[in-house]
Amino acid sequence: MVSGLINENPIVYEIKERRDVRAYSSNTDELSVDAIDQLEVKLNICSAHHIRDIKDPEHPYSLEQLKVLTEDSVEVDDTKSRVRVTFTPTVEHCSMATIIGLCVRVKLMRSLPSRYKIDIRVAPGTHATEAAVTKQLNDKERVAAALENPNLVEMVDECLSPSFE
Amino acid sequence: MDLMEKLELVELPKLEGHTDRVWNVFWNPVSTLPILASCSGNNTVCIWEHNSLSHSWSCKTVLEETHTRTVRSCAWSPSGKLLATASFDGTTAIWQNFGDEFECISNLEGHENKVKSVSWNVAGSYLATCSRDKSVWIWEVLGGANEYDCAAVLNGPTQDVKMVQWHPTMNVLFSCSFDNTINGHSSTVWAISFNAAGDKMVTCSDDLTLKIWETDIAMMHSGEAYAYWNHLCTLSGYHDRTIYSAHWSRDNIIASGAGDDAIRLFADGPSYILLLKKENAHDMDVNSVQWSPGEENRLLASASDDGMVKIWQLATKQ
Repeated sequence: MVSGLINENPIVYEIKERRDVRAYSSNTDELSVDAIDQLEVKLNICSAHHIRDIKDPEHPYSLEQLKVLTEDSVEVDDTKSRVRVTFTPTVEHCSMATIIGLCVRVKLMRSLPSRYKIDIRVAPGTHATEAAVTKQLNDKERVAAALENPNLVEMVDECLSPSFE
Repeated sequence: MDLMEKLELVELPKLEGHTDRVWNVFWNPVSTLPILASCSGNNTVCIWEHNSLSHSWSCKTVLEETHTRTVRSCAWSPSGKLLATASFDGTTAIWQNFGDEFECISNLEGHENKVKSVSWNVAGSYLATCSRDKSVWIWEVLGGANEYDCAAVLNGPTQDVKMVQWHPTMNVLFSCSFDNTINGHSSTVWAISFNAAGDKMVTCSDDLTLKIWETDIAMMHSGEAYAYWNHLCTLSGYHDRTIYSAHWSRDNIIASGAGDDAIRLFADGPSYILLLKKENAHDMDVNSVQWSPGEENRLLASASDDGMVKIWQLATKQ
């Protein structure tokens, strides 16, 4: 057992069955074209872009398994090209919160068309310094500088790398 | 208002050449031919010149192999002969133009980490830099501009300092920062710009507003230790993404560049109305806007995350 972790005993949740995007759309005849598009984009962001699968920096579980991210975490406005991801750190004093947020931002930056504006925030009420963390995660200059730090990039790449279970 | 309906920003041929986001643009203040410097996330600086015969802009020189990280900001000295470039590698390089070549004649070290902004005072005798390390450094230019001595290190700011800007006529230095509480904005202040007279300034912020401030310039000139800057008004409701840059032109038009890829122009007071909104000025965030110094041209340069530098002509619609 490794000691010194921020959260030694995370709660691990069972994840829902993955929905196949194509199967889902074929069941939505009654929905308007716009609604389908929105849903598709949202599902794409969650599943195809696998932010759910981003690994927690400390534990061998995905952010989805730890309920740091859920389907409701992602809000999309495709017409305005805006995405907002709200994540919930597992513990209030989690110092990994900034890394997690950075991982989500990097994954989305790599996956989405460049016209998308990405906002990442800590779920209100879930972290001791949520305002500070959220502010840093949305400061473009800070993010750019962080991504020039080889140690941070290594950590982020590790969290983003696929795990083969 | 008539003026509002008649203005337009006409895009001149694009300046392509950077391979990464462009953070900042700066017009050479004295050159008779327009010259523009731009700096980028790929550690390089481009010097652009206009060819009046072909009516095109080309990257005349690339300044590279000096900075090892993003070049965040660049500024020409008032004489137009020196270019200072500030980098996330913690240094500020000084380049001198020798005919067709630029040479790095000095490298200012001292900040603990990323340098974010550099500004020359009106006489070109001092240079100020600011950094993520929360300090502002003032460097004195000695002798033939090859030597720079650190004259002061100011540790006033409590947070990451985004920009420093000397007053246009007096040796007073202003800085704005990640810590917004100092001047009334409710989030990070990204830039400051003064009007030509130096009695008004505009600040722009992550809080989606521009704020206009004024001072009693006579009081400043009389040597009062502290001249109070009075908040004149807040321009809110015009931007819905962070405003990264604002620049006050010599003929009193305020340009803003924002995270929604648009450039906006506002008139001077008392109304400060929105004169023009150029949507999709770039394909990504606009990081920097600057009016050219010449009085006839009315050119506006802009830089973006999309890797482009664009030059716009302010014109009246026919």
